[in-house]
Amino acid sequence: MEKRCTDSRIKGVSTGTTILAAVFNGGVVIGSDSRASMGGEFVSSKTINKVVQVHDQIFCCMSGSLADAQAVTKAAKFHLSFHSVQMETPPLVIAAASVLKELCYNNKEELQAGFITAGWDKKDGPQVFVVSLGGMLLRQPVTIGGSGSTYIYGYVDAKYKPNMSREECLQFSLNALALAMGRDNVSGGVANLVVVTEKGVEHVVVPGDKLPQFNHEKHGVRLTQNLFGHKKQENW
Amino acid sequence: MAAGATMMMESGQRFSSKSDLVPDWTRQEVSTGTTIMAVEYDGGVVIGADSRTTTGAYIANRVTDKLTPIHDQIFCCRSGSAADTQAIADMVTYQLGFHSIELDEPPLVETAANLFRASCYRYREELSAGILVAGWDRRKGGQVYCVPIGGMLVRQPLSVGGSGSTYIYGFMDSNYKPGMSKDQCMELAATALSLAMERDGSSGGVVRLASISAEGVERRVILGNQLPRFSTH
Repeated sequence: MEKRCTDSRIKGVSTGTTILAAVFNGGVVIGSDSRASMGGEFVSSKTINKVVQVHDQIFCCMSGSLADAQAVTKAAKFHLSFHSVQMETPPLVIAAASVLKELCYNNKEELQAGFITAGWDKKDGPQVFVVSLGGMLLRQPVTIGGSGSTYIYGYVDAKYKPNMSREECLQFSLNALALAMGRDNVSGGVANLVVVTEKGVEHVVVPGDKLPQFNHEKHGVRLTQNLFGHKKQENW
Repeated sequence: MAAGATMMMESGQRFSSKSDLVPDWTRQEVSTGTTIMAVEYDGGVVIGADSRTTTGAYIANRVTDKLTPIHDQIFCCRSGSAADTQAIADMVTYQLGFHSIELDEPPLVETAANLFRASCYRYREELSAGILVAGWDRRKGGQVYCVPIGGMLVRQPLSVGGSGSTYIYGFMDSNYKPGMSKDQCMELAATALSLAMERDGSSGGVVRLASISAEGVERRVILGNQLPRFSTH
């Protein structure tokens, strides 16, 4: 998720991460992996935090170039706190998303960062917004992003249901992250999840060894050939 | 930076040039940008594919049959360049038929897979072909072999391929369990292919399924309006 290498221009501009956000009955779950890598060859950080708090009950996940994303969220945090002081009320989630969108759209030539903004406000309850690379703003009940997200589109389409309970949504998000981290080599580490409801914010961190495991990792047939060309079948 | 207009480097396709005199699709190679999959079950295999063949943005064939018989009980699923995969499949069908007559018995699936691998590896620089070989033989029952671009050969109980396959890795990892029955495998294949077709622009049309076992080959087509649907958002 570090420097802009030509790899990312060929692969598509989201690199090195898996982020997601989903609405459930009464709140949102926002999650990400924790790996920062240099082009897939070196893991520069195993425990980076990609979920940034931009206000009391509004969070933001970064994807794309880490430097650009950090700069934009810093600016957005400032704008939002100023805005909430002026309005004398906590900002709306759509306000936070719009601030990010303005920054991304007006600087689209220089920036290479996409965001998922999610949170809770008094007017519209739990919401998830996606601000894409060029500065599009779209509200969705569930959204995924980053390079690892391509592997879980099918899973999310099949498994997400509106009005899930908190536990169901947490399990769904955890499974999705684990599946993506299992297939994408530039996503990994721990799963950082944040649950935002009317009552407040709760952080859930699931280390790598506690992530859900799926059958294919335990069962398989492998055909190996030793030096003399004898075929040997292994089951594990 | 043309946001949103970056084309994924798909096997066989090139970035479109700016000339308006000649339509885009006449300059693109015909590609089975696709979703294919094959699953082993106790007693046979289930194979499936979508039905879309594209030349750039134009759908050259919307009812393609990508499940190609190589022998009575051995099939292959083709992805990548349509021309390359057809040529290789024709070559292997000939070689396998000859081999089977020499042997005077039905050929092994592993033999068919090795023939594919031999061609795909020898001509790896010129070819763009990802193939799944699946079938049934008396020695090892149902088997699935994966021969991706480059010419590797590996046997897997479950394999997906093509451009649409990236979107269903998570779904397959979580929903496949060893020891499923034939009908469960068919349902899994139909669901997975529908999910991929919904997300991948190069996959679509109808879902073609086939099951191969000792009894023979059973083919099925699921039309667009009969496909499983998911909560759209």
